[in-house]
Parts: sequence; C-alpha cells; structure tokens
Amino acid sequence: MATIKSLDDLRKMKESLQSKINLREKGEDPNSHVQIKVAMATCGIASGAKTVMEFMMEELEKRGIDSIITQTGCMGYCYAEPTIEVTMPGKEPVVFGYVDTKKADEIIEKYIKNGELVDGIIPMNYETIDKK
Amino acid sequence: MHLLVCGGTGCRASASDSIIEKLKSEITAKGLQDEVQVIMTGCFGFCEKGPIVKILPDNTFYTQVKPDDAAEIVAEHVIKGRKVNRLLYVDPENKEHVSDSKHMGFYRKQIRIALRNCGFINPENIDEAIARDAYQALGKVLAEYKPAETIDIIKKSGLRGRGGGGFPTGLKWEIASKNKADQKYVVCNADEGDPGAFMDRSVLEGDPHTVLEAMAICGYCIGATQGLIYIRAEYPLAIKRLKIAIEQAHEYGLLGKNIMGSGFDFDITLRYGAGAFVCGEETALIHSMEGLRGEPTNKPPFPAESGFLNKPTNVNNVETFASIPVIILKGSEWFASIGTEKSKGTKVFALAGKINNVGLIEVPMGTTLREVIFEIGGGIKNGKKFKAVQTGGPSGGCLTEKHLDTPIDFDNLIAAGSMMGSGGMIVMDEDDCMVSVAKFFLDFTVEESCGKCAPCRIGNKRLFELLERITKGEGTMEDLERLQNLCKVIKDTALCGLGQTSPNPILSTMDNFYNEYLAHVNDKKCPAGQCKSLMKYVIDPEACVGCTACARNCPVNAISGERKKPHLIDTAICIKCGACIEKCKFNAISIK
Ligand SMILES: Cc1cc2nc3c(=O)[nH]c(=O)nc-3n(C[C@H](O)[C@H](O)[C@H](O)COP(=O)(O)O)c2cc1C
Ligand code: SF4
Ligand code: FES
Repeated sequence: MATIKSLDDLRKMKESLQSKINLREKGEDPNSHVQIKVAMATCGIASGAKTVMEFMMEELEKRGIDSIITQTGCMGYCYAEPTIEVTMPGKEPVVFGYVDTKKADEIIEKYIKNGELVDGIIPMNYETIDKK
Repeated sequence: MHLLVCGGTGCRASASDSIIEKLKSEITAKGLQDEVQVIMTGCFGFCEKGPIVKILPDNTFYTQVKPDDAAEIVAEHVIKGRKVNRLLYVDPENKEHVSDSKHMGFYRKQIRIALRNCGFINPENIDEAIARDAYQALGKVLAEYKPAETIDIIKKSGLRGRGGGGFPTGLKWEIASKNKADQKYVVCNADEGDPGAFMDRSVLEGDPHTVLEAMAICGYCIGATQGLIYIRAEYPLAIKRLKIAIEQAHEYGLLGKNIMGSGFDFDITLRYGAGAFVCGEETALIHSMEGLRGEPTNKPPFPAESGFLNKPTNVNNVETFASIPVIILKGSEWFASIGTEKSKGTKVFALAGKINNVGLIEVPMGTTLREVIFEIGGGIKNGKKFKAVQTGGPSGGCLTEKHLDTPIDFDNLIAAGSMMGSGGMIVMDEDDCMVSVAKFFLDFTVEESCGKCAPCRIGNKRLFELLERITKGEGTMEDLERLQNLCKVIKDTALCGLGQTSPNPILSTMDNFYNEYLAHVNDKKCPAGQCKSLMKYVIDPEACVGCTACARNCPVNAISGERKKPHLIDTAICIKCGACIEKCKFNAISIK
C-alpha cells in the first residue's frame, strides 16, 4: 500500500477513489453492479443484520446477480433494523427496513431483478452536508 | 410509477392502511396494476402532516391524505399527470404549494454532521472514508494553518463539548496549547455510560476515521504527539473497528511519523474501561488510564494543566471530535450559521423509551422537543399521551408538555431544569410513574457512585431509601421535605459531577409532578398504576358474572366466590400478578 506523502497525494487519491465510486453509483461504468449496504452497527447486528448479509451474499451469487455487498455503520433507523440500502446502477439509493431473509428474498426478486419497489422503504429524512 | 404511502405508526393511526387499499383498488379498476405500484414505507419524519403519499418518479409529496382522496389521486395524477393541488404541502412562509419534495428540504428536520458518514461508508475500509473527505481536514491544517489559526477556526465556529458540559472546545484547546510541557496528550472520551445513550458507539462503529483525524488535528493544535481513546470494553465492535482504522491509517501514513510530509508525528492507542459511569468524568477517566482507581479528583488542576501522567491533557467527547473535520473543511462561519445564538451546530440524540421511531437523530441546535418527538420521533407508542422526556440521563431532569416548544440548546435545557448531557432522550408516557422514574435513576447512581465522598456515597443511598418508602406507600410529608433538603445538600457538597447532579431527576420530577408525589404520600395511590405496593385489584360486583375464570387462574388462590355470583379478591393474599385481569372476559377487574 502506498503511503500518502502530502496533501496533494491525499487529494489525488480522494479524486480517484471518488470517481471510481461515482462511476459505480451512477452506472456509467459498463461493469456496474448492484450495490448493497447492510447497516452493521451493534443495533443492526443484534437484530439479525449478519444473517441477512450472509443470506444476500449467498442468494445473489446463486441467482447469478453481480453485486457488491458491504457493511456500513448505523443508519439511525434503529426501530427498523435490520436496514439495508440498495443502489441500482443509475438510480438513487433506496433504504429498506425490517429486512429479514424473507424480505431480502423479495427485494432480490422484485427490486433488484425488476426494479419494482417493495413495502418497507424508509424515506430519507435528513439533510446531508454535501448539499449545504 | 410508484405510489409510496407512509406506513409509519403515526400515519397508520390516521388510516394510511385504507389509503393503500383504496389506491390499489382504484388502480386495478383502471387496469393499471402492471404500471403503477402502491408501496408502503416507513415514517417520513413528517407525521404531524400525515398521512403522507409520495409519488415517484416526480417526487410529488401529498400531505394529510384521506382514504377518500385516493380516487382523485389516481384519476388526476396517475392518469392525467395533473397534481392534486389541494393535497400539496403549503410552505408556511410564503403560503405556496410545494409540489416536489426535492424542494422541501426544510421538512427534513435533520442535518447530519457528526453522523455524516455513518451508514454511508464501510467503516473497515479507509478508501471509502477517504473518498468522503477523511483526512482532508488534517492535511489542510498541517499544510496551511498554524496551530493558533486552527484553534481560532474552532473558537469562531462556536463548537461546545458534546460530552455533557458544553465547554467551548476552541477555548479548551487554547488553554492546553498554552501550557508548556515536554509531552502533552489528546484523550477521546468514549466511555458513554449514560443509560439510553449510544451515539458515541454509533459514530465509532460507523466512522472511526473521523475521530482519529480530529484527534490528530487537536494534537497538532495543542502540541501533543500522543492520543488515547478511552473506550469501555463493553463496546467490542467499536474497538475492533477502531483498531482496524488505526492500522489502515498507519499504512497510509496518515498516522505515525511525519504525517503527509509535514514533520508532525501523531499516534493513537486504545485504553479500555470497565464500564463504570464515573470513569466518564474526565479526572476519573485519567486516573483509570493511569492504572489507578477510577475516582475523580478535585478540579483545579484541570486536565489541561495537569492530566494524564501529570502532563497537560485535552479531553474531548467522541461527537465533539466528529464535528471538527467538517468545521475545518466547510469553515467556522458555515458551522456557526447552524444552531442558536450560544449553541452552534447540530446535536445527536438517541431516542428511546415510549417513542415510535427509536433511533439516532441529528438535529440543529434550536430544534424543539415537539419536532424531535412528534415529527422525527414519530410520536408516542400505541397512541398514548406524552408525559415527559428525560434528557441528560441520571444527571438531567425531565421536561414536560410545557417545554415542548422550547428550542433545545445547552442553556435552554438548563433553564428548564434539565441539561443536554450526552444526548440520551428517554420518552415517557402516561403509564410512567414519575416517582419510579426518579427511583430508577437514583438506583443507577447509587450503583455507580465511586464512594469517595460521603454526600454521594451515603446521601444518594438515603435518597433512594426515601423514594422507596414513597413508592411503597410508607412515605410522609416530612419525607418529601427531607428529600428536597438532602437533594440540595448533595448537590452542594459532592466532589464530582456525578454526585453534584444525581439529585436532578428527583428535583425535576418534584418540580413538575409534585401532585404525583402527594398522591403516593397522602392517598397511598400511584396515579400511573406502576407502583405495585399501591395497587389494589378489585372486582366490580356489577360487572362480574361469576364465570370463575379469575379464581381458576389465580396462582395464589386469592379469589373466592360461588359460581354465577360476584367474586371477591382477598387483597392480603393477592400478589398483583395481573393474571386475573387477563382472563376476565367481562372487564370486571380493575386496578385501584
Ligand atoms: C459522572 C460523569 C460522567 C461523564 N461521562 C461522560 C461520558 O461518558 N462521555 C463524555 O464524553 N463525557 C462524560 N463526562 C464529561 C467529561 O467529564 C468531560 O467533560 C468531557 O469528556 C469533555 O469533553 P467535551 O468538552 O468534548 O464534552 C462525564 C462527566 C461526569 C461528571
Ligand atoms: S460525587 Fe460520587 S462519584 Fe463523585 S467522587 Fe463523590 S462519591 Fe465519587
Ligand atoms: S410521516 Fe408517516 S408515520 Fe411519520
């Protein structure tokens, strides 16, 4: 791993990492995949996020859907754990709450395969600092 | 096209279920079921104007929709593409209809600063953090600002400590920077012992790099090369992610020697606490890290003069640190533009208790309790009535109905008889007995008192015993007076913040709910029906049909009576388990 020797290094690194992520998220990358983030803080794990994450990894692979599944921190919706965020290439991220394996299955079959939303979406109710 | 209908508890209480049904049947009737889907969502954080229907892809946001509006929405919006104006949100400022939720950012009461990356990045991958600006602020400070200039930015931002006290952070750094010593330390207080608070854990689990970065910035400002994170061993996941983050930052040269070629060295190690509440107090925390007993000592000397190993030490809370990098990158003016006159920026709260949307929220200072509880929090569980909210945990007090419209900030909360504390908010409803609530917190402080000073060690125990007498119906009016006097003595004489604040839950419940204390003492009644010793189960002879279900289910055979004749509960035998109430089909049994 290269060390970062100056602020310039860091800035360049950020640019390249960010553009990679943007490509992925905006779906401009021809190899773009579905991205799934699973909220895996203590609250999420306590309500079964790990099982959901494992289930999704296995099932997406079995069903031949290319995807990137990562863990992330608490999304703040502790009342609706486990929560996951699904970003389809070229689309806004969608957060689903109360995801058990059954719901996860429905999300894969309906949303990920056909772009149909399913019950249990958690609307984003905060502002990010990016826009400010 | 998607029609999103809010299925959060608040909207469901105002019939969003039947809105969904009606929308679905209208759509099917028009043969559109393949093109248009009706989806139920979670709470939009806008419950006061619910039920909410949002239409995608055009982001139309309808408020206060009634089941009868379904036909019009389908006929007009879905089929003809014309918005139903009368259902659009009306901007309270300019009275205009807002058609597109993208333009109603104001409805989003929350702004995430400290939580900006939580739930966005993979906390175990430094690249994702860097893509979202991690270490940019550190790089900028090292390359472009002198320590004093950086401190000035923090001072101008108005940031105050989020660990409870609300001390101005920039000033704290300045004091530490001016004290001369061969070694200084930066300490992150991640003890978080306040029951009901979990925001620090969430920041560390979701975005550990922001804390590391801010500690390094602080080190640069005060002239320290060593940072320590004091974290309770009960937070294994946060510890794991911090360790990974520290290692990755080292590999990239963002911690360690000569960071980004600036000549500045900074390193961070972890220290584990055993989870004692008092060890969150900064002097106790420092002693605990030194391997001594986790007991507080008198201030002065403040840690900034003589802290860890008697060297100048700057202690800040996790959330305080998490706000620092954003302030550097976006500027002190930006930060100071959010919040109230004397409390700038945002505060993270952990909503818990009898509230629908239990979770973590981050709102600008100055947001009202009403907005937090009834909009973002989705209101009270099971449609019950709001009674009080405890802020500041065992050191704080309860706020009631009359405080709902008070803008939340450090000073207003103190004026209202509570305090900000670390940001736990425990919401209580009509079923909560306020004497028992005070007793709960006193139980906690008695347990957590370190025992070093007599007022706290002995006094709190006596307070607890008095409360226990009252909840048992053995209290007298003199007890109430003794309670109040003892509270004042402890506040005035305890050594550290724990003891000085431990009577607050009693004082504030006595202030706001004195009648409830009186009911316990004079009438031997608990109005909320929580104090078991004061409850009496009685059978209404009018309603009782003599079915014997209660008598058959009473585990201690306290109920007698003949078949088809009213039954009677022997209160001397009754253990108040409630089994009979559950079994009675005629609602003949009640608690008096
Ligand atoms: C009994 C007691 C417990 C405390 N617990 C914590 C805690 O868990 N976390 C914390 O950051 N500060 C806690 N504090 C406040 C600290 O003493 C200190 O003021 C704070 O860490 C300073 O950081 P700040 O200026 O960033 O808020 C506690 C204080 C007292 C009296
Ligand atoms: S007030 Fe309580 S916790 Fe603080 S030093 Fe005294 S005994 Fe210990
Ligand atoms: S906005 Fe519908 S429940 Fe909160």
